[in-house]
Formats: sequence, C-alpha cells, structure tokens
Amino acid sequence: MASNEYVLEMSGISKSFPGVKALDNVSIKVKRGSVHALMGENGAGKSTLMKCLFGIYSADSGEILLNGRKVAFADTNQALTSGISMIHQELHPIPYRSVMENIWLGRYPVRNYGIFRLIDTKKMFRDTKKLFEDLKMEIDPARWVVELSVSKIQSMEIAKAVSYSSEVIIMDEPTSSLTGNEVEHLFGIIRKLRAEGVAIIYISHKMEEILEIADDVTIMRDGRHVGTYAASELTTDLIISKMVGRDLTNRFPPRENVPGEVTMRVESLSSSEHMSFKDVSFDVRKGEIFGIGGLVGAKRTELVESLFGLRGIKSGKIWIDGKQVHIPNPIQAKRHKIALLTEERRTTGIFPVLSVFDNTLIANIDRYVRPNRLLDRKRGSADVARSIDMLHVKTPSAATFMKNLSGGNQQKVIVARWLLTEPEILILDEPTRGIDVGAKYEIYTIIADLARRGKTIIMITSEMPELIGMSDRIMVMCEGRATGILDGNEATQERIMTLATQFM
Amino acid sequence: MGNTDFASSLKKLGPASAKEFASKNAIMLVLAGLVILIGIVQPSFLSIDNLLNILRISSVRAIIAMGVGGILITRGTDLSAGRTVGLAACIAASLTQRPDYVSKMFPDLPLLPFILPVLAAVSAGLVVGLFNGLVVAFLNVPPFITTLGTMVIVYGAASLYVDRPPRGAQPIGGLREDFTNLGTGSVGLPDVFSIPNLIILAAIVTVIIWVMLNKTRLGKNIYAIGGNPEAAAVSGVNVKKNLILVYVIGGFMYGLAGVLLAARSGGATNNYGQMYELDAIAACVIGGVSTSGGIGTVAGMLTGVLIFEVLNNGLVILGVSAYWQQIAKGLIIIAAVAVDIRKYLAKR
Repeated sequence: MASNEYVLEMSGISKSFPGVKALDNVSIKVKRGSVHALMGENGAGKSTLMKCLFGIYSADSGEILLNGRKVAFADTNQALTSGISMIHQELHPIPYRSVMENIWLGRYPVRNYGIFRLIDTKKMFRDTKKLFEDLKMEIDPARWVVELSVSKIQSMEIAKAVSYSSEVIIMDEPTSSLTGNEVEHLFGIIRKLRAEGVAIIYISHKMEEILEIADDVTIMRDGRHVGTYAASELTTDLIISKMVGRDLTNRFPPRENVPGEVTMRVESLSSSEHMSFKDVSFDVRKGEIFGIGGLVGAKRTELVESLFGLRGIKSGKIWIDGKQVHIPNPIQAKRHKIALLTEERRTTGIFPVLSVFDNTLIANIDRYVRPNRLLDRKRGSADVARSIDMLHVKTPSAATFMKNLSGGNQQKVIVARWLLTEPEILILDEPTRGIDVGAKYEIYTIIADLARRGKTIIMITSEMPELIGMSDRIMVMCEGRATGILDGNEATQERIMTLATQFM
Repeated sequence: MGNTDFASSLKKLGPASAKEFASKNAIMLVLAGLVILIGIVQPSFLSIDNLLNILRISSVRAIIAMGVGGILITRGTDLSAGRTVGLAACIAASLTQRPDYVSKMFPDLPLLPFILPVLAAVSAGLVVGLFNGLVVAFLNVPPFITTLGTMVIVYGAASLYVDRPPRGAQPIGGLREDFTNLGTGSVGLPDVFSIPNLIILAAIVTVIIWVMLNKTRLGKNIYAIGGNPEAAAVSGVNVKKNLILVYVIGGFMYGLAGVLLAARSGGATNNYGQMYELDAIAACVIGGVSTSGGIGTVAGMLTGVLIFEVLNNGLVILGVSAYWQQIAKGLIIIAAVAVDIRKYLAKR
C-alpha cells in the first residue's frame, strides 16, 4: 500500500483568521524515518500548519492521515497520545517547578497507596535521569527551571518531545537558543531517531542546518505550498528564491541615503545586569542604517533598551551630537530625540483595544494639550491622517481598534507614533518580525526613506538577508560582546555567523 | 523575542545563597521574630495555653486559606469564600439545634445523626465551588468577577435560608453539645495537657492538602496551570477539569470551615464569614503565594494565617487598640508583597 511509506499525510489544509488567510490548501506528506524540513519566511504559515496538526488549531478544511487513518485532534492531548509530539517555537517552561515536573507534565507517573494515587517522584526522577543519559544531556532533573540557562531549557524541551516515544516529532525552531555544540548534539539525536523510524518535521530558518539534516524540504510562501524537494537537489540560493518567490535583488528597496557626521557615539558600554552586554563601543551617523546582528541571547535588545533608558548601565559613555549624555529613563531618551520600536510588538508596543488614533498619538500626547488641558483633537486627527497616508497604513479608519490591523500595519502605526516625536535617532528592534512579505518591503521602504531624510537608524534584526540587505554597516554581537563591525557591502552570511558564534 | 526576555529574567535570579535563603523564608523569620518580640515584652504571651489558643483560633482561618490558596496558585481568586463559610455555618447550625431549644428554626426537626448536618453544610460549599469552577472554566469569566458575583449570590441565599416566617431572620442558637464539642472540645487529659479538636482537624486537613498539592497529579497540574497555562495545555493537561476541581476543593474547605465555625461559636447568623475571604487571600499572599500564579506552599499559607493571629493576639495582650491592629494588618499585607515581589522583578 502506497500510504505505508508515509507516516503522515496532510492534504488540502486551509485555515483563516479574521482578516488573514493563514493557510491556503496546503498539502504535505512525511515519510517514516525521515527528516522533513518545513521552510518559509515568517508568516508563511509553517507554525500554523503544525498547530493544525497538533490540535492547537482546528483547520477550516482539509484532511490529516496518520498511518493511513484519518485523524482530527480536538486537543493536544489526543495528538500526544496518537504519537505526535512537538517542540514549540516559543519555549513553554513552567519556571518555578523542577525539570522533571516539566518533562512529565500531563502524564506524571503515579503509584497506588491504598485508595490514594500519588505521584511516584522516585520513578519520575529515575526516568528523567535515564532520558537525559540516553540523550547525553547534562541536566539535573530536580533543579528548578528558573535556574537553567535558555539553551538548557531548550534541551529540556527537546528531551521532553523525545520522551513521548512518538512516531512524528515536530521541531519548530529547536535550535534558536542552542550553541554550536548543542546543535550538533541535537543532530545526533535526530539521526538516531530517524534510524529508529521516527519522522521529524523540522522547521528552521537556518539554511545550513536544513541542508545538513533534512531528507526532504517543503517550502511554503504566504500560506501556500510552493513545493516539496529532495534536500540533495537544493542549494541555499534556490531555497531562498523559492521562499521569497522573486529574485533576491528585489527584496530590498534601493537606498539613496548618504551617511553624514556622527550623531551617537557609544564607548565601552556595560550593562548593570548580570550576564548582559559588556564593553560595547560603536558610533552611528546621520542618515545611516546601522544594523545589529547576532543570535538570540546576544543581548542586542538589552543594549538598545539601555540606550533608551529602559535598563541600567554600569559603566561606559554615550555621546549625542558631541555632547556626553546620561539617559536614565525613556523620558530623557525622548528629550534626546531617541525613539525605540520595541521587539515584542504585542506586549510592549501596541494598545490593542485603543484606536489607531490613540495608538499613533500616545507617545506624543503632551503636544496636543490645549491651554484648557483638553486634547486638541482636530490637530491630532490631522497628524494621524497624515501619518496613515504617508506610511500607507491600511485601516478602515483612525477609529479602528489596533488589534484589528494586520501585523505589518500595526508596525507602521508604531513607526508613525515615533516619527511624530520627531526623533533624530530611531532604534528599531526586529521591525519586521511577524510581518508578511509584502508588508516587509513597505517597512524597508519607510526605513530607507527615513535614512535618506537624515535620520539615524539603528536596527536589530535576526533575519540575515534583511541585515545584509538594509544596513550600511553591521555590528555583530555574541554573548553580550560586540565581535565586529562590518561594512554592509562586504558582509556575508558566513562572516556574520562567524562573528555571531565567536565565543560559542 | 520572548526567549530573550525569559532568558534575562532567569539569569537575574542567580544561584542560591544565604541571602536568598533568608528572602525565600523571610515570612517564617518574620513570624519567629514577632513571637519572640511579643514574648519578650509580655512573657505570658508565650504560655502553652496562649499558644494553643492562637492555634485554635487560627484553625478555621487556616482551612479557608488553604482553600483559597490552591485557587490563587492557578492565577484565580475566590471572593465568595467568606460568604460560603457563612452559608455553611447557617446550614450546619440550623440542623443541629437542641430538640428542646425554644426558637428552633425547623421546629419539627428530629434529632439527626451527627454526620447529616455536616454533610449538608459541606455539600453547600461544594455546590458553590462547582458553580464557580464551571463559570470560570467554561464561560471564561475572570475568577475575580465570577466569585464577586457568587459572593453576593451566596449571601442572598444564606439570608433567604435563615429568614423563616414567622420568626424572621434571627441568629441560630442552642446547638447540640455533641456538635459544639467539635469546635470547643479537646483531646487529652483534662487539667494536664489536651489539644483542642479544632487544631487536630486543621492538622489533618493540612496534611491532606499538602499531599494533594505535592503528591498528586491534580496538585502538580494546579502549579503547572498557574505557572504557564499554555504549557499545561500543550502538554495535554485538561486545564478546564483541573480548574473546576480546584474551585470544588475550595468550596469543600469553606463548607468544612463553616461547620467548625458554627460548632466553635455555638451558633450562626447570615453575617458569619463576612470578609473572611480577604483575610484568607491576605494570609496566602503574605505567605508567599503569588497572585500571578504558579507559586505557593502550604507552609507559607499557614505562616500567613499565624502571623495575623499572632499579631491580633499579641497586640491585645500588649493592650494596643483594635483599630491600630487594623492599620498594622493592612501595612503588613502591603509590605510583605512589596518585599516578596523583589524576588521576581527584573532589576532595572
């Protein structure tokens, strides 16, 4: 029977969220004992597809066959008991509990003591120890998760997914917080599982990883299935062009900015926080786009949040326009004409149940206060309308709730908010995360235009092409240190990766 | 990205140290300090009789606190606790009045077997808890609002229950001695050493709740749901079921507390238990139960209850006005949380 070769077949899966068609008729077949990579840009629908499989979402249409039998999981428990486990992109630890309690959550071993069924802590400890030994991981099962490093937590999540003895393991960005050695270690585990007949669905942005470990590669774009290929017939360039669906040269708008004199200079800046950035020096120029690259955990966000006065500084100096400045809080940062677009748009950027109007003006509301202490709504409306127009924000009206806008348009509103403060230095932390490809281009255009008009742009991004394609210069960080500053023209993925992993 | 935030907040916590031990057990040290301090000023405070008395008075409060505590750990809260205690007290009292008592609420009620009134009162608590749990789990009404609603409903129900024409709403008195003995009697040798029944009962309940929280799947799930509800859900934990159970257990505890309260005071009115929920929540919170979920221990809850009772008792012995006690209590709640939250706040 043909279906025997495939442990999992998903066909014709569609899923819509209000205003977005996240998945449009996607099909994918996974062979048993294989590593099947799922690739695509952010927002291509990879995670959504996996969540449909895993019972977190229910697909609007389509069919899932597991071992040739039709399944539709109403919740994750059904998926887990049917032989599918998942390493989630966002880590899901329970911080103030032990490692073993995290691993066996939802299926704690119990023993009968008379009429009582109590947790068998000893067995749990033994099983966890054995699991870690089998996987050659060194984690103490009894430790509290808050005491672990992020990479250990990710290892723990990997061990947890393996411990279900599933036929299919979904790994959604399993290496995002791992060091080079740990990635190799994970690949060892994956190869062993594959040899045992387990199918792995592997989601990653990292081309080298995919080409090293995957047997088959399915590429998605904008919620659609682009194609499934044998990994051996693919190259990095081929994958990228299929992912973005157009030539790489067109991914970024032309830039006409000309870097001028230095606006901000940072010398030997060290964080007041434990294990954060140390001894970072750089300068940025008027009209320059200064990219900051590095892996997750390189402390880039901590650095820019310190520049904005959100986090403390232990030592080091900051100059703006030649004058040494002290920025203890965001109010001071605003006075120095610095603006920060935070990384976590949903948690620290938007006010979901306030209107686009309010979201646009909120950072700047002082300037709309009339002498009678009431807000000058007319002037506000004019500015909001101008912003919506200038940044091409797609919204039914300025009164629409922010939560009803797409991610890209929310981001534009936040850009508008900070532009109204008339900043000279604009810090963007992952400005295109979670935004669809088309909207990304628009954000790039806005950034390029701001630089052309003489603004200083500092941009953190974890997307390598974006970093290379947009930056005039690139500072790479690793474990809290600046490991090098590259010219945008001479930067390559390899050079950046070398610097980004220098201390690992 | 979430990972980085999580990473940095983790790293800020650092390894265990003596200082951390002190901060982790700060509340026990505060209790010990209070006892010693009051004892120095007024040695009679430290007499066995007085200490047993503090424990006895704390027993009912401890049971309520442990009921609320489990709910707090799931990121919930229960404002209906006090009124449920009152309802249960009224039911228990109304069914245990002496046959010869003049103004019996149910004049024709025969002498019931001891267990029936207890079961009836506890069942009332269970029903309230079940209702809370169902509303929170299935209608997704925030626990604060849900239990605010039930708090009012339960008071109405208790008032209706005691309001019997032609008598009208009156205190329910004249309870049977075998029943009141539950709350006032002791076990041991009279005049030598004896332990009040209430303390023994509270100790039994404490052991059961401790085992439940630490040794059963339900307990582990309660912590998991409070610590990270999404993680619990994607790990296959039935979040709704566990939430309902934790409210039902709460209801059971309030029912039991109501029975003991009626037995201890030899009667009940519909105003019994008023504001007990706030005392219980306050005790849990100063005992280190995090209202943002996932953290809390039975020992902490009991310590919180004891701190309040030691304070009440000690200040009375020291001759401090009851009004000052209120002010002290309020300040302690705020101070305790302000100190406790340092453990989790990111250093900026």
